[in-house]
Amino acid sequence: MNEFAQLLDRLSYEPARNNKLRLIADYLRTTPDPERGFALAALTGALSFKYAKAGVIRTLIAERTDPVLFALSYDYVGDLSETVALMWPADPNARPNCAPPLSEVIEKLSTLGKTQLPAQIARWLDALDETARWALLKLVTGGLRIGVSARLAKTAAASLADKEVNELENLWPSLRPPYLDLFAWLEGGEKPQARIGASFSPPMLSHAIEEPDLAALDPNDFVAEWKWDGVRVQAITAEHDDGIETRLYSRTGEDISKSFPDLLEALKLPAAIDGELLILRDNRVQTFNVLQQRLNRKTVNAKLLAEFPAHLRAYDLLAEDGEDLRELPFAERRKRLEKFVQRLRSDRVDTSPIVKFETWPQLIAARANPVEAGAGEDAPAVEGVMLKHRDAPYIPGRPKGLWWKWKRDPMNVDAVLMYAQRGHGKRSSFYSDYTFGVWTHGDDGDVLVPVGKAYFGFTDEELKEIDRFVRRNTVDRFGPVREVTHTADTGLVMEVAFEGLQRSTRHKSGIAMRFPRISRLRWDKPPREADRLETLEQMLSRAEHGRAPAAPVRKRKTPQSAVLRLAHEGDHDA
Amino acid sequence: MMQFTTYLMTMRPEDILCPTPSGLCSKTDGFHIDPTRPVAKALITHGHSDHARAGHGAVLATQETLDIMRLRYGGDFAKATQAVPYGERIKIGSSTVSFHPAGHVLGSAQIRVECKGQCIVASGDYKDLRDPTCPAFELVKCNVFITEATFGLPVFHHGNPQGEIAKLLRSVKLFPERAHLVGAYSLGKAQRVIAMLREAGYDKAIYLHGAMEKITRYYEECGIALGPLDLVRGAKKAELAGTITLCPPSANKDLWTRRFPEPLAAFASGWMRVRARARQSLIELPLVISDHADWNGLTKTIRATGASEVWVTHGQEDALVHWCQTQGLKARPLDIVGYGDEDESGEANPA
Repeated sequence: MNEFAQLLDRLSYEPARNNKLRLIADYLRTTPDPERGFALAALTGALSFKYAKAGVIRTLIAERTDPVLFALSYDYVGDLSETVALMWPADPNARPNCAPPLSEVIEKLSTLGKTQLPAQIARWLDALDETARWALLKLVTGGLRIGVSARLAKTAAASLADKEVNELENLWPSLRPPYLDLFAWLEGGEKPQARIGASFSPPMLSHAIEEPDLAALDPNDFVAEWKWDGVRVQAITAEHDDGIETRLYSRTGEDISKSFPDLLEALKLPAAIDGELLILRDNRVQTFNVLQQRLNRKTVNAKLLAEFPAHLRAYDLLAEDGEDLRELPFAERRKRLEKFVQRLRSDRVDTSPIVKFETWPQLIAARANPVEAGAGEDAPAVEGVMLKHRDAPYIPGRPKGLWWKWKRDPMNVDAVLMYAQRGHGKRSSFYSDYTFGVWTHGDDGDVLVPVGKAYFGFTDEELKEIDRFVRRNTVDRFGPVREVTHTADTGLVMEVAFEGLQRSTRHKSGIAMRFPRISRLRWDKPPREADRLETLEQMLSRAEHGRAPAAPVRKRKTPQSAVLRLAHEGDHDA
Repeated sequence: MMQFTTYLMTMRPEDILCPTPSGLCSKTDGFHIDPTRPVAKALITHGHSDHARAGHGAVLATQETLDIMRLRYGGDFAKATQAVPYGERIKIGSSTVSFHPAGHVLGSAQIRVECKGQCIVASGDYKDLRDPTCPAFELVKCNVFITEATFGLPVFHHGNPQGEIAKLLRSVKLFPERAHLVGAYSLGKAQRVIAMLREAGYDKAIYLHGAMEKITRYYEECGIALGPLDLVRGAKKAELAGTITLCPPSANKDLWTRRFPEPLAAFASGWMRVRARARQSLIELPLVISDHADWNGLTKTIRATGASEVWVTHGQEDALVHWCQTQGLKARPLDIVGYGDEDESGEANPA
């Protein structure tokens, strides 16, 4: 338990991906079975416990500490697990080196009943040091939240034997904690057998491409589809002894079946489909903003189902009737998919249409005008085109050169830098996270209101220039954050590119940007000439009313008149 | 009847040492302890800048504290100075004062004031853990104990500094291409970290930020062995890979770090016990090493002094005052302005 706790502790402070990988790999290499396997299960989110919950912890600490001291401490620390871990009264009789192994902790958390569990947790807390107590409480309250994704943990495991993480991903659904067979394989043993078609497998993702890059590719090698502005999902229907079961997963593998009973009903045949979740009304695809109104609901009632009917636009078939199709070329899978969707006979599921082209100029024209190129009234929900290599097998992760996303042009505004925060790791001495604002009416004339935050898009050279500007123009400091001068005449104007806008109650401006980044520094422009909040509001309402453009316009000098689109950072490939 | 007479003859502790916004003051005998503004006669517990300020008339302190003040403020930091060895009793008017090791930094002292049947101990800053760079904390019995409360919450435990040093050394081993920058207060913490690294068997050169140089050399002059030390100033970027550098905490967010290959920000401080604190200051490797007593140290010391009354200054007064009251002790917070800001580093609370 102590080694696992030290790993979590170190990971929770480590900002750099490569260093996280090394910390995890180092742990997995030096820790014996089954401990390392349970640690990997915890890091990949493969564990959940029925009775171990935060309420148990509150009760335990209340029995052991002065309420005034607890309240003052909680107030200072701000996190329940951490407060309890730090102030748990040490047991004077606890022997050193009697910390339970992680495997024992996990086994008991899974098997002990509701009545026995609190006393067991208390005994552990007595036996552990602060860091291990914190780690235990993280396990108990669920969700480690230490900035390590399941994918990252698997990548670290694969690195033990220089394997590709995708090879491990393919096996993953067949593996169970503590993964003895996996580690045996990684250490030179036999590869475990994969069971296929019954569990979520991580999706294949694409790389971004721009028009100039097309010249290097042969149009005959590729098939194009629309890139839909919905939610990437995987629908898995499996046949068990007691009947058919269908589950719907998000691209990260989260089970979202409960929210879409209307769609599940339509998926009666055993298969694994990769596709886009959309809302269709009168056979017309709705924009992402409409879909979002359904996504955000906790309970699903008849009214919601009627108003926001869920639809699956399928674009790949990973398995059919227990047969793994992922090694087949894309063109083959596509044929199987079309036949399969026909067999389903449901108006809830269709195949994503192919965008026909023979030359790149034809595709360029189609992307510029989806209405004419076949998307028709669905064009507002199109956020670009996908290019898929005819011969590409289905490879989880983001393999090079097989799938490309060519998104429509982003929106732009000119905003004013308001606050800057220091970055992490290599950027720890640079002010590299920027909060920017646009003008709006205030009580005493125009004021800047923050509309977003960005920390990439600029070059290393530009980073140095901005850093210098921030240091020389600081007007106030709040911890690692500096407020930078931002008046009508003095300040730094940044051109910010973004993928879309959403209404947000958490932001003072009422608007949140999707994927904002700094596209250009406007040293030439005085802040008074930066854009206004009204401009963003117009962009937003235009998108909400579906009056999205027939074609995007790159003209950026007059953002107010620019034809706009609202895009969701498509899960198809993001 | 007899008891009543004794009571009349004994003065209230506030009449002997009066807490004022600028420090503890003996009005009858005309001296202050750790005053935060210039006074005629100052008794100084230790050399941190929130306790030891320049510009007093006469300063009484341990020889080390006087030397440190001279290093920091120049030779004319006070009109007159008097070095007081640990344990020696000095009469100032009706008061008898003496200095006793506080275990906080080199030269640090608790100040005991005895006057008219009352015995008050002003702790300054103290810790009851072993420190290879300064004499161990001495328990002094008293009626009134004036304690610091920098870490006066039961969430603070500083029990395993060796473990933290081991964590640092593991990290250096795992990331040999990165320069480990350990933020540490330049008086006390830096030298203690170096000494503990040596105890743990680390024998390579340890690099110093320029601001650390004078005080660290002074520690060496006092006979504290710190092993091979080098200045960052003269080093090439490539040769700093895999090394350990001690720097003031504020340097970790400075342009200065750009001279290092892939700098890794560590910070040796009791504050690092709380994750949010470490993350706010963008620390990647927090090291819980404190020169202050933790919660158990504070409460254990308060009990052991035998004091029936406790005054609590700088830090988390509320929690410690509450605890004293639950133990049947008379306790009050003192509102003295200006402690807990060691200004050289820009970070609050040299911890």
